[in-house]
Amino acid sequence: MTTTTPQFSAPPTRQTSISAWAKKNLFGDWFNTLLTIVSVLVLGWVLTTLLSWAFTSARWDVIPSNFKLLMVGRYPVNLLWRIWLSLAVIMGLGGFSWGVLSRDTRLLDRRGLIMLGILSATLVLVLALLTDPVSIAISLGLIILLVGMAFVGQQIGRVQPQLGTWLPLLWLFGFIVSYALVRGLIFGAPVRLDDFSGLLLTLFAAVVSIVLSFPLGVLLALGRRSELPIIRWLSVIYIEVIRGLPLITILFASQLLVPLALPGYIRTGRVVRALVGLTLFSAAYLAENVRGGLQAVPRGQTEAAKALGMNPVLTTSLIVLPQALKAVIPTIVGQFISLFKDTSLLTIVGFAELLGMGQTVLANPEYLGRNGEVLLFIGLIYFLCCSAMSWASRRLEKQLGTARPTVLPPDVAGEAA
Amino acid sequence: MRKWLSLLLATLLTATIAVACASSNDTTAGGGGGSGTSTLDTVLSRGSLICGVNGQLPGFSFVDSKGEYSGLDADYCRAIAAALFDDPSKVEYRNLSAQERFTALAAGEIDVLIRNTTWTINRDTALGLEFEPTTFYDGQGMLVTKASGVKDVKGLSGKSICVQSGTTTEQNLTDRFRKLNIPFTPVVFDDEDALYAAFTQGRCQAATSDRSQLTARRKSLPSPDNYVVLDEVISKEPLGPAVRNNDSKWADAVKWIIYGTFQAEESDITQANLSQSESSTDPEVKRLLGKEGTLGTDMGLPNDFVARVIKHVGNYGEIYDRNIGKPFQLERGLNKLWTEGGLIYSPPFR
Repeated sequence: MTTTTPQFSAPPTRQTSISAWAKKNLFGDWFNTLLTIVSVLVLGWVLTTLLSWAFTSARWDVIPSNFKLLMVGRYPVNLLWRIWLSLAVIMGLGGFSWGVLSRDTRLLDRRGLIMLGILSATLVLVLALLTDPVSIAISLGLIILLVGMAFVGQQIGRVQPQLGTWLPLLWLFGFIVSYALVRGLIFGAPVRLDDFSGLLLTLFAAVVSIVLSFPLGVLLALGRRSELPIIRWLSVIYIEVIRGLPLITILFASQLLVPLALPGYIRTGRVVRALVGLTLFSAAYLAENVRGGLQAVPRGQTEAAKALGMNPVLTTSLIVLPQALKAVIPTIVGQFISLFKDTSLLTIVGFAELLGMGQTVLANPEYLGRNGEVLLFIGLIYFLCCSAMSWASRRLEKQLGTARPTVLPPDVAGEAA
Repeated sequence: MRKWLSLLLATLLTATIAVACASSNDTTAGGGGGSGTSTLDTVLSRGSLICGVNGQLPGFSFVDSKGEYSGLDADYCRAIAAALFDDPSKVEYRNLSAQERFTALAAGEIDVLIRNTTWTINRDTALGLEFEPTTFYDGQGMLVTKASGVKDVKGLSGKSICVQSGTTTEQNLTDRFRKLNIPFTPVVFDDEDALYAAFTQGRCQAATSDRSQLTARRKSLPSPDNYVVLDEVISKEPLGPAVRNNDSKWADAVKWIIYGTFQAEESDITQANLSQSESSTDPEVKRLLGKEGTLGTDMGLPNDFVARVIKHVGNYGEIYDRNIGKPFQLERGLNKLWTEGGLIYSPPFR
């Protein structure tokens, strides 16, 4: 190990000119040049074909005239205000948490503005599809509510900084309230869970199975590392059996075998059966993700906790789990995103969730053969939801400060040692 | 750290609450089939009919832009509800996949299965279903271009025919052409969309499938008027409702509601002229509409059940034209009344 002063050269100045950047990155050598040309040609061809189809031959009227159907399915029209109200609860909560979480920074920094821009752009798209002025007014109101609540949340968050800790409970409460609203448990005229359809069912299935599979997955992961052999083996068997089965098999079993296997007097809703299937499936994968995190926590942490006299429960809940979960946020969110997309498999077992509703719309003789338009629209919705989730996870990672710490140059590390 | 604890607490709480909600609120309507009680009584006491449908089949059952179920199958669900409750909206539709349909019926999750189901001996006996009168005689047909001038199956001699692989359709095609001793080249596809794309590009001179599907597909082709579905049918696909075995009371009720729509067409009773028909002096019409006799009450239905069906849904001809005839320009063919050479035939109402 040399002890001379480390030779750090000044960081290279960034080439800001576009042509220089392009020369370096796109036309570096003959292979890069070739690759660039081919990619541009292919991209250009795909884009022009798609765009010319979208603006000339596609007949988009199928979307606005079935918009309500795709969103909330056959939810009674005269009860739609309940959906709006629960949306308002969620938007308000979203704004509030946004405000509380960014209490120490400016609310509308560059990133916040970009997000708001994307949200507004989506809204403009939705507005273009809606012809009903009331819905447009309500949507605008919701955005204003979001921003308004964000400012309120920021102010409150500055006064009560510990409020951030209670946000998950607040969300739980908000979820229960909006669920009760949609189901009609608060204001009369209940709507059966089995009558949920469209995006409403997709979101409901995704949210419930995500929220339920998380604790189950954590418990399974802990069980798999348990020192009690029975618990360990049960967890291992559960995880390996479920991971060995395709999700569609589990869904079919939940829809076909369960009602036959249960005695006649026990009746379960089919949505509940599907949710159980999704949750059990996802929990097994989640358990393995969490186990990865648990293994990444150094032994020293547990030993230090023991040395401080903490009992195993406290050690796990205060020392090991927080670090383990932090480490695997990206994979957990990845699992959630794929669970969200997996809800589209419900179509195969006869649910009219977003994709199933799309197929129902396509069966309308008026709209036969509009597969491209409808499927593209559905794809867009899935994309928006998934990218929102991954954006949120990146924010969460940053918030918890788990983004990879800047690695010291080896020389410096060596010198320090 | 507190953050994580509260998050965990929150999720656990949600878990318990959601499970509690889910289990307490989900009252799936139970079917009868059990000891002694007929599904008819179950349905009447529940106040609504649970009808298993496809939900994604043009002309038979789909959700229209207003969010209402529409199609021939859906109309028969509505007809049963109209007969029982004088209100066609008292139906809970249940979308079912092809695999799920018989289980759902057997497990009592639905009262009646009206999901373009072909009546076969195996399903009627081994599967424990009770089939009701056929409401649509489908059959495998041929889609050809008008320009080809092909008029019947024999005209396809030596031509190539697009067919979906692994289906009974493929089997039927081979069987029929071998029987007729006509040479042909099958062009096999896994995917339905690919099949019709190849057909429009001229890779085969004919596409074969069930006629109801062919007509629906024809309408979605770029220029539907250039194509024609041949009148000839090469397989039997009688589609109709089914209920559980060993429940004659319910099976009879559904059966005679369907026959009522057939008989009404035969007796020229339509939605429009129902009020005139009700004052008719023809004893047959009077019996049918429940003005005379006790045909309805004898089987546990309201006496005017046919009149209710006609009032809300219409007779068979009207149902057919509204869902299949008008949207797809499909000739009635076998689905004509027996008096006009078809198979739609109701036993007498007396």
